[in-house]
Amino acid sequence: MKILVCIKQVPDMESKFKLNSEGNWYDNSDLAWRMNEYDEYAVEQAVQLKTQVDEADLTVLSIGPDRVKEMMKKALAMGCDRGAHISDDDSFKKDPYEIASIIAAFAKDKEFDLIFTGMQSQDRGSGQVGVLVAETLGIPSITTIVDFAFAAGQITAKRELEGGIKALIKTTAPALLTCQLGLNTPRYPTLPNIMKAKKKELLSIPVAELHKVASKQETARMYFPEKRGGGLVLEGAVGNLADQLIKILKDKTGVLA
Amino acid sequence: MKTLLVAEYRDGKLLNSSYELVAFAQQLGAESAMFLVGAESVLPAYNGTLYLADVGKYGEYNPAVHKQLLLDVIAKEQPDMVVFSHSSYGWDLAPRIALALNAAQISEVVDIIDGVPVAPACNSKLRRDVKAKTEQIILTLQGGAFGLEGAPNGTPTVVPIDTDVAAQVEFCGYEEAEAGGVDLSRAEVIVSAGRGIGKPENLAIIEALAKALKGEYGASRPVVDSEWADHSRQVGTTGQTVSPKLYIACGISGAIQHLAGMKKSEFVVAINTDKDAPIGEVADVLIVADLKEFVPSLTAKIQAL
Ligand SMILES: Cc1cc2nc3c(=O)[nH]c(=O)nc-3n(C[C@H](O)[C@H](O)[C@H](O)COP(=O)(O)OP(=O)(O)OC[C@H]3O[C@@H](n4cnc5c(N)ncnc54)[C@H](O)[C@@H]3O)c2cc1C
Repeated sequence: MKILVCIKQVPDMESKFKLNSEGNWYDNSDLAWRMNEYDEYAVEQAVQLKTQVDEADLTVLSIGPDRVKEMMKKALAMGCDRGAHISDDDSFKKDPYEIASIIAAFAKDKEFDLIFTGMQSQDRGSGQVGVLVAETLGIPSITTIVDFAFAAGQITAKRELEGGIKALIKTTAPALLTCQLGLNTPRYPTLPNIMKAKKKELLSIPVAELHKVASKQETARMYFPEKRGGGLVLEGAVGNLADQLIKILKDKTGVLA
Repeated sequence: MKTLLVAEYRDGKLLNSSYELVAFAQQLGAESAMFLVGAESVLPAYNGTLYLADVGKYGEYNPAVHKQLLLDVIAKEQPDMVVFSHSSYGWDLAPRIALALNAAQISEVVDIIDGVPVAPACNSKLRRDVKAKTEQIILTLQGGAFGLEGAPNGTPTVVPIDTDVAAQVEFCGYEEAEAGGVDLSRAEVIVSAGRGIGKPENLAIIEALAKALKGEYGASRPVVDSEWADHSRQVGTTGQTVSPKLYIACGISGAIQHLAGMKKSEFVVAINTDKDAPIGEVADVLIVADLKEFVPSLTAKIQAL
């Protein structure tokens, strides 16, 4: 059985963001980078599946500059067998359609039985790439899964809907699943596995070999939202802040009356 | 400008979010038609053409089939925009349509300024203006971003539609969210714990403040996903919607899915180390502090009152 998991590197969302000089994306320097949270669940599910079935081969793929290899090594240490790094310094400029077409071009002749992606990325949040990959490859896809089981080629997944209701869905491999928060408990790589991961294959492929389509959209401008205003921002010594807040709560709400 | 609005139906009901699509078309001053896989017995209050496929026949979730039904309508209507809610139904179906039409899809649109869609980025810390390069475009709208002024009204002209394309997946029914636990909707004060609490032991700090204020404690999703708190405590789109007199968000960044569950609270206090956290957008008071120091101090002072 062949499994593919697609992951993206994103900035830590607690970062102090700045804009780039063109004003059409955030400045990529001085940021702490990490694996997209949704993708951690995808990697974990792929690794669990590999452990469950005999003879599985698990590839982790990521598109981006050299720094994404650091994150890919984490995925290898979590249990992926090999890495395919699609080397691209301009990946942040590519739209979901281009990214999906690159992944689909990579996956096309490799006959993956199952593909896992996150349901969305934390920075762009388009939630399109997984479904576009599946549609391009002509395989079924199930989005936003919070539960996954596989037996004899049959996939049983639960999609999460608004209000926490779940929809039970069945399909057969080959298929693609997009993973939602809480699907599982992503493991921490152990030290021996981190060492082992260093010996695993991590192949770099120039993006030009797989990138054959034009974008359909572009970010014309990126900017900080206007502050809605009104809200009070308090900083300072903790004890003092607590006194100030108590006074506000007494004045503005009935709860301490 | 012509729009096709993709309404939603679930568990025997038309979803109210469908009217946000109508509001969007109105704001744009665009013509519209509507698409729905639903039932003749629960028609939307809408004046216009409604292309209606029978949910009994095609199911509430059946992407390959809904896609074909919708593509047939698009071929007939030739809309400039196909508009979905950015919901579990919308984000699942929209990319399928976008690829089939070779059209750009712009996700989670919060506004449209001079014809240019605006979408959030980086947990709403940033916004971006997105320009489509294709003639037809697909949009998904963030929940709550567009709203009708009054109550929806009208009666649609129903055009029944059918297809014989095969399904790719089988929908086997719903599983309700776990019942039981606490009913947050009754609490007058809610103190919620976010990932910023750092470890499960720190939930006690939040609980203590909730108790001192005679309220309940709530949680953001990561706290529930990590099983530090019960799902009944989760506030947000996939948890509870609450509107207490006082909501205190501790170590919660303010993701849109969390805000959707608590923004109707009467008074909101946020405690966060990040002055730029998006929760600041809805907070009446943002305390920039480490919750591990601030919350116990506040609790002690309240207990001493
Ligand atoms: C379809 C869908 C549905 C979702 N449904 C929900 C939902 O119902 N409810 C929900 O909550 N989320 C939901 N989410 C997840 C949501 O997008 C966010 O990931 C989540 O709300 C983040 O939770 P958080 O704010 O606790 O964590 P984070 O975003 O990680 O924020 C942690 C915050 O804590 C602050 N912090 C860190 N340390 C401290 C400290 N010592 N003192 C003070 N502050 C500190 C940080 O500055 C940061 O702002 C959903 C997502 C999707 C895609």
